[in-house]
Amino acid sequence: MLIRLLRRYLIPYRWLVVAVMGLQLVQTAAALLLPDLSADIIDRGVLPSDVGAIWRLGGVMAAIALVQLVCAVGAVIVAARVSSCLAGDLRTALFGHVQTFSAREMDRFGAPSLVTRTTNDVQQIQMVVQTTLTFLVTAPLMCAGGIVFALRQDLPLSLLLVVIVPVLATVTRMIMRRMAPLSAVLQATIDTVNRIMREQITGQRVIRAFVKETHEQARFAEANDRLTEVSLRVGRLMALIFPVVTALAGVAGVAVVWIGAGRVDSGAIGVGALSAFLGYVLQILGAAIMATYLLPQLPRAEVCARRAAEVLDTHSSVVTPREPARSMPDPGRVELRDVAFHYPGAETAVVTGVGFAATAGETVAIIGGTGSGKSTLLKLIPRLADTSAGAVLVGGVDVRDLDREMLSRTIGYVPQRRFLFSGTIATNLRFGAPDASDDDLWRALDIAQARAFVEDLPGGLDAPISQGGTNVSGGQRQRLAIARALARRPRIYVFDDSFSALDYATDARLREALAATTAEATVIIVAQRVNTIRDADRIVVLDDGHVVGIGTHHELFDANPTYREIVLSQLTGAEAA
Amino acid sequence: MKTSPTVRRLWPTLTHQRWLFAGSLATGLVSVALAAAGPWLLGRGTDLVLDGALRHDLDYTGLSRVMLAAAGAYAAAGLFAVVQARAANLAVQRVLRTLRADVEDKLTRLPLGAVDGQRRGEVLSRVTNDIDNLGIALQQAFGQLVIPLFSIVATLAVMFWISWLLALIACVTAPLSIGAAAWLIKRAQPAFADQWRHTGEVNGHIEEMYTGHALIKAFGREQQAIDAFAAGNGELTDATRRAQTFSNAIQPLMMFLSNLTYILIAVVGGVRVAAGALTVGDVQAFIQYSRQYSQPFSFLASMAGMIQSGLASADRVVELLDAAEQTPDPTGTAPPETVRGAVAFEDVSFGYQPGRPLIEHLTLTAEPGHTIAIVGPTGAGKTTLVNLLMRFYEIDSGRISLDGADIATMPRRHLRSRIGMVLQDTWLFSGTIADNIAYGASDATRDQVVAAAKAAHADRFIRTLPEGYDTVVDDEGGSALSAGERQLLTIARAFLADPAILILDEATSSVDTRTEALIQQALTRLRYGRTAFVIAHRLSTIRDADTIVVMEGGAIAEQGTHDHLLAAGGPYARLYAAQFAATA
Repeated sequence: MLIRLLRRYLIPYRWLVVAVMGLQLVQTAAALLLPDLSADIIDRGVLPSDVGAIWRLGGVMAAIALVQLVCAVGAVIVAARVSSCLAGDLRTALFGHVQTFSAREMDRFGAPSLVTRTTNDVQQIQMVVQTTLTFLVTAPLMCAGGIVFALRQDLPLSLLLVVIVPVLATVTRMIMRRMAPLSAVLQATIDTVNRIMREQITGQRVIRAFVKETHEQARFAEANDRLTEVSLRVGRLMALIFPVVTALAGVAGVAVVWIGAGRVDSGAIGVGALSAFLGYVLQILGAAIMATYLLPQLPRAEVCARRAAEVLDTHSSVVTPREPARSMPDPGRVELRDVAFHYPGAETAVVTGVGFAATAGETVAIIGGTGSGKSTLLKLIPRLADTSAGAVLVGGVDVRDLDREMLSRTIGYVPQRRFLFSGTIATNLRFGAPDASDDDLWRALDIAQARAFVEDLPGGLDAPISQGGTNVSGGQRQRLAIARALARRPRIYVFDDSFSALDYATDARLREALAATTAEATVIIVAQRVNTIRDADRIVVLDDGHVVGIGTHHELFDANPTYREIVLSQLTGAEAA
Repeated sequence: MKTSPTVRRLWPTLTHQRWLFAGSLATGLVSVALAAAGPWLLGRGTDLVLDGALRHDLDYTGLSRVMLAAAGAYAAAGLFAVVQARAANLAVQRVLRTLRADVEDKLTRLPLGAVDGQRRGEVLSRVTNDIDNLGIALQQAFGQLVIPLFSIVATLAVMFWISWLLALIACVTAPLSIGAAAWLIKRAQPAFADQWRHTGEVNGHIEEMYTGHALIKAFGREQQAIDAFAAGNGELTDATRRAQTFSNAIQPLMMFLSNLTYILIAVVGGVRVAAGALTVGDVQAFIQYSRQYSQPFSFLASMAGMIQSGLASADRVVELLDAAEQTPDPTGTAPPETVRGAVAFEDVSFGYQPGRPLIEHLTLTAEPGHTIAIVGPTGAGKTTLVNLLMRFYEIDSGRISLDGADIATMPRRHLRSRIGMVLQDTWLFSGTIADNIAYGASDATRDQVVAAAKAAHADRFIRTLPEGYDTVVDDEGGSALSAGERQLLTIARAFLADPAILILDEATSSVDTRTEALIQQALTRLRYGRTAFVIAHRLSTIRDADTIVVMEGGAIAEQGTHDHLLAAGGPYARLYAAQFAATA
């Protein structure tokens, strides 16, 4: 998976990668020439006591070392560019791809996992590419080069390599094979620690309210211990690699001298050649040490690459139309035709056979018990998810054929979960209407009954809002979310239980102001309170995912038992009539 | 140096593992000494070979002895190195575990305002990315740092023993190496700090955008989210590139200097041999030593990057660990066995930001077993009252008492364990439904959990879930549970906790009205014999409250019973009329 991912994302940098390879090749060749030259110094300079030759060969060596330096530094600079840009591109690709996801895919992965995949996992991939390009690529070059040069020194002595290299390869393979599954476990335990920590940050208020600090500490400690335990197991393997390979290198050196002694004794090679041969063997083993030192990163990076690729390979269930419709024959109209929705794998559908329509100037309300599928229906209108069966039409066009930009511009959506972005009041209100003037914002705040408290905040429109809007009260957050939708002046309003956190008086004033503003607009509204929706042109009563009645308040109150029950549970008989 | 306070701050955590570190050091020392003997013995071997070559009579027994000794030395060195690495690994992993636990522990001691005010993803990045990265650095530092350091010293000693002249040459290049490395490190350091700071910022942005995904889609803001991301991502990419360039350039530079040493030794050594002052075996050994001597330098240099990167992360972790904490709890006061539940606010003033009071001179008394309903427009300070009673925030002046005792003088856990709370924002942790309900009473039996769920009218929907009470949920799982269902679970949680004082903070706002009617009955039952604070919007549900407190702009506008307040014709009467007008 790592290879596949890299093959795709390294394409823009292929020439830079080639450049790194070239530089590393020259660098390695230079490094390999050095023992050869030092053998020459001994054989041609030291033994015949030719000081001139010693100086000359020393000069050549210095020049080659300089070439090596220049090439190696060049390789580092290029490799740093490649790896950091690759990581940047990967993050961009992941972030951009997640933006195309619908609610279904977001639910499938979960936000915390997607965050880890976009940052932490990419970080791991970046590190492995960096170390590969700067260190790891030189290892096989060094090995191959070392073998060639060693063969040149003495062929029979090189038979030693036939023993050393496979032993080394076997040891490395054994350790790697045990490392790979551990890496996957390691990454999963890191995920668990992150998840618990994230939950604790989000739920800190509840934890304190229930005095569960100790319990949470125990829960975290369990995950922490598990992570420590897995890390220790990885560490124990890692602790083996370096000493084992180093000891092998030492023993190989012993073998070279020991066996080489016979060759020198028989006059087959010179002492310098033996010395150079030793140099090459150590070079090969040095490369192997470097490789075994960096190879353990690979399994973890492989796991990370798989996790990133999983996101990139997931295609949104909401497909952007190839030739989107850019005009609406009936701009304010919203129609649901025999709509069904079910989550993949779920046995029963959330909603089935739902149909109703609303035109400009109309208000259609949806009411029903908890879990009756109201919010799901609303999500289908701004196309946060697509229907499983049937169709949703906005402006007379199936939303699946409609230009996304046009669709979103048409709709002002206030979701159930009141969420504000970190920034200021103004940046939040301009979220859907970047060009709105301050006057426009104040107008929206007026309607949303939020002017008074915003005026009281230090900085007014520029008052800071923390992530999620946790620094304003629930009711204030809800009114800001409404103002955010109002600021865009859409043709269609979609309110998902948007008045629940408001007290009755504010609710009443808000709806009054809203009625005047939205007189020309279409309003689809989900509510729990009957009096929020009793003036609606049509009320759709949902029960267990089915429509059990459509009509006005009075029609339904007289004829629909479900609706009547809901109303009576809230109002006294006199109020209801 | 900028990082020294950080090191000092983490020092006690490190010294806690001093015996392991010491053991690792000792075994490392032995390993290095043995490894240093290897090339020397190989050099002796080469000398024997050379002698043999010259005299055409190789001393095979002598050679065998030397070679066996060398092989034994290498093998023993490897063995000790394994022990060394294991000890270091154990010590480092323990330090990391302590650090993670410290950060988690810190979280519970931060003022809630500090937890609320930060970008969640930014804090998370410190806990995950930074500790992860610090771990890699520590692993490097303690797993691999001691051996090269010892090895430099040991090798140098042997080199001086063989030839002080050649050893001096090797030493000459050392300051050069250190200087060059320092120059590059100075440039890499700020780049690493940038890299981890930007990682935190990008993580924060991503976390927020993924959490608000539905809004981004609905408002068609994908492009803006991507643009904002691109800016941060660009800076992160650039900082990463700079950090990697400078830190990775250290190694080739070290290698060059090492080669230079090598050449110098070969040249000078060659000249000395030609002059008859040294044996070829000595030069041969020396050349190998010079490799062994300079290799740790390049090794150390190659780790410099990771270590600097780790230090930059350590700075960020320490910053979090040293953030101002809430006032510590008093110790030693034993909590009263039973709580009657008398709560009094006396002349309380408070503001979230200094100089901007939200509540001023508020006085309010709740008799044990009474229900206090708090009403008023949103933003009037109703939730704030709850925050103060729970000591989520500390009051600026005045006094809040429980059964006559100032709550500021009692440990928070004692106070909070007496109070049950259903919060405005629901929170579920990843676990089964049953675990979530039993959150306030972990020793509850399944029967008790089911009873609580029934009382909160959650039993019915729980039974329709695929795994019933064993269905796994989490805080993100928007699809599995509706907002109303989540709320029912948190209500069941409060039922099971069975507290003396109850706080219901806009708790039932997302539950459908049929369910709410049932919940109201259950809550009435639950309130019996307990002091209850109810923040409600539907005035009909609080008509029978013992005291209704009407708040306006951080102060109590009026308080009394429903009938009393209605007769008074004040703000409550107006609210009631407004609601009646709305419903009629």
